[in-house]
Amino acid sequence: MEMIQFLDPESKVVNFEGFPKLSDGEVKKIYELMVISRMFDDIALKLQREGRLLTYASFLGQEASQIGSAFALEKEDWFLTSYRDHAVWITRGFPLHMLYQYWAGDERGMKIPDNINALPATIPVGTQIPHAVGVAWANKLQGKKSVAVVYFGDGATSKGDFHEGMNFAGVFQVPCVFLCQNNQWAISVPVERQTASETLAQKAAAYGFEGVLVDGNDVFAVYKATKDAIDKARAGKGPTFIECYTYRLESHTTADDWKRYRDVKEVEEWKKRDPVERLKKYMRKKGLWDEKYEEKILNDAKLKVREATQKFESVEPLKPKDMFKYVYETAPEQIQEQMKDFE
Amino acid sequence: MAKINLIQSINSTLRQEMEKDKRVILLGEDVGRNGGVFRVTEGLWQKFGDERVIDTPLAEVGIISVSLGLAVAGMKPVPEVQFDGFSIPMIDQIYNHVSRIRKRSQGKYSAPLVLRVPHGGGIRAYEHHSESLETFFSHIPGLKVVTPSGPYNAKGLLASSIQDPGPVIFLEPKRVYRAIREEVPEKEYTIPLNKAEVVQGGSDITVIAWGAMQKVVREAVSELSSKYSIEIIDLLTLSPLDKKTIINSVKKTGRCVVVQEAPRKCGYGAELAATIQEGAFLNLEAPIARVAGFDIPMPLAKLENYYIPDAARINKEIEKVMSF
Repeated sequence: MEMIQFLDPESKVVNFEGFPKLSDGEVKKIYELMVISRMFDDIALKLQREGRLLTYASFLGQEASQIGSAFALEKEDWFLTSYRDHAVWITRGFPLHMLYQYWAGDERGMKIPDNINALPATIPVGTQIPHAVGVAWANKLQGKKSVAVVYFGDGATSKGDFHEGMNFAGVFQVPCVFLCQNNQWAISVPVERQTASETLAQKAAAYGFEGVLVDGNDVFAVYKATKDAIDKARAGKGPTFIECYTYRLESHTTADDWKRYRDVKEVEEWKKRDPVERLKKYMRKKGLWDEKYEEKILNDAKLKVREATQKFESVEPLKPKDMFKYVYETAPEQIQEQMKDFE
Repeated sequence: MAKINLIQSINSTLRQEMEKDKRVILLGEDVGRNGGVFRVTEGLWQKFGDERVIDTPLAEVGIISVSLGLAVAGMKPVPEVQFDGFSIPMIDQIYNHVSRIRKRSQGKYSAPLVLRVPHGGGIRAYEHHSESLETFFSHIPGLKVVTPSGPYNAKGLLASSIQDPGPVIFLEPKRVYRAIREEVPEKEYTIPLNKAEVVQGGSDITVIAWGAMQKVVREAVSELSSKYSIEIIDLLTLSPLDKKTIINSVKKTGRCVVVQEAPRKCGYGAELAATIQEGAFLNLEAPIARVAGFDIPMPLAKLENYYIPDAARINKEIEKVMSF
């Protein structure tokens, strides 16, 4: 299966046909999202080391896959993610401080603003895949035009939830886009141990719909594939599976150490394919980037991330009895009694 | 008023709720053209069509997890699992997602879905077709667990379940499907999902049962009616439990026997026994007794009737408690 690529690792345009139509402003916006996302991630790792966040899952190296795809969504579209997709949330306008809040163990960080159609990120791997199929199906049944995009990794493709979700999507032709970030590693287990398939994208064929393989570090390839898949779904032409071929540069989480199972050389090789640098170099050639611009957007990002770090720790503390909230619409007698005893 | 059985009652309630609310859809294995393996959804596909009565792929996890997605995005799915033994793989999705989407989203979303589960044994079925898993579901915070015992209460409970804003596990006692006929009003009515019913008043002893065991208990204690004044409670909803009705009853009688079909160990009866001793300790004249399935896998058909509590076992336990 051929991999879709517009920008090679040297930022040379290798494919002009079908190069996505993005205005200069949109390209800059994508770059700015990459910059702030990377900063968010970097600061999260530092906050974790200082004990201000709990275990944290970094997406370093996967910015193009997450931002390029999320940028293709319309406001009414839904997205469902795993625990490593913060750049998707940032792209869709989710408040930064709430991401930190969640990763600091405060459940209020999971309250999605009314203007965002998404479900809270799921921790059990792949379980969100069939949820997205149901959401997409509900939209179809209600005659709505929204599409659901679901994010997951290579490890998730081994799970039954993946199979059952993909199968339902094919059978009922629901407007769902399956966005798989093949970052090569599920904690310490390489993708070769997840599947004997040559690609993950080819799995879609077995479910009766299109599978696409894209260079997940080329933001234009990711954007184009996702935009096409969303347009297709919106037009009632069914689901698409997209494999973004990318790499997790950091450890699985802050509780993990990649040096136990990966070769330093492998990681160094992938650093050369850095998605943010790739876009930056392209923009410089196009006259969309210079040092002054970089300085300005770095400063803007710094301000926003700093504000988020201050905000997530200055919210009103949770009250212990808050844990009883939202279990049922009306708390049954037993829970009310337990709350009373607790106080 | 027409006398109908449990299958007819559930069928007509589904029809009624679907007519009333366009968001209600049915999905599961064979629920469409075939009307379900127990014929509970008979005629509904013909009436409501492919978009509202949906034959799905043979995939229990898919059925429940796709239903969750449907529910959060505005539908009211009523999925069916064909037999209780096959609901086990669904528990991952039920425990981790269906029951806590309200909590996980801080109240933004809920999952108004009703999982219909043919429940229990006694119909000479194959392996894995006769389990009683109410404890599994009742243990999960965020769910409601409902179990009718006959056609009349099934209608009111199912209507309430479908109208409930959250997820409900609806356990249908399959050996009762065609075994009881009752007068059931055609007009819609609801039964609250937090109330047990005192089906027979009495002053000597309280017998608590739910689902299929309710019929067994009623028949069993009729043999003792000249000897003791027996109060019978039908729980109807297992989660949340109506503690008040149970405790008030045992405060009055001082004696209690709990009857369940599931294995005894960590069964729902254990929760009842604990609840009663917490609430009526000083009124107890005897230890709370449990009549239950044995702590072994549900036997195959040839031995199932030795496993499922019957009148003899129930009455023996009542006598023991009465003579304590």
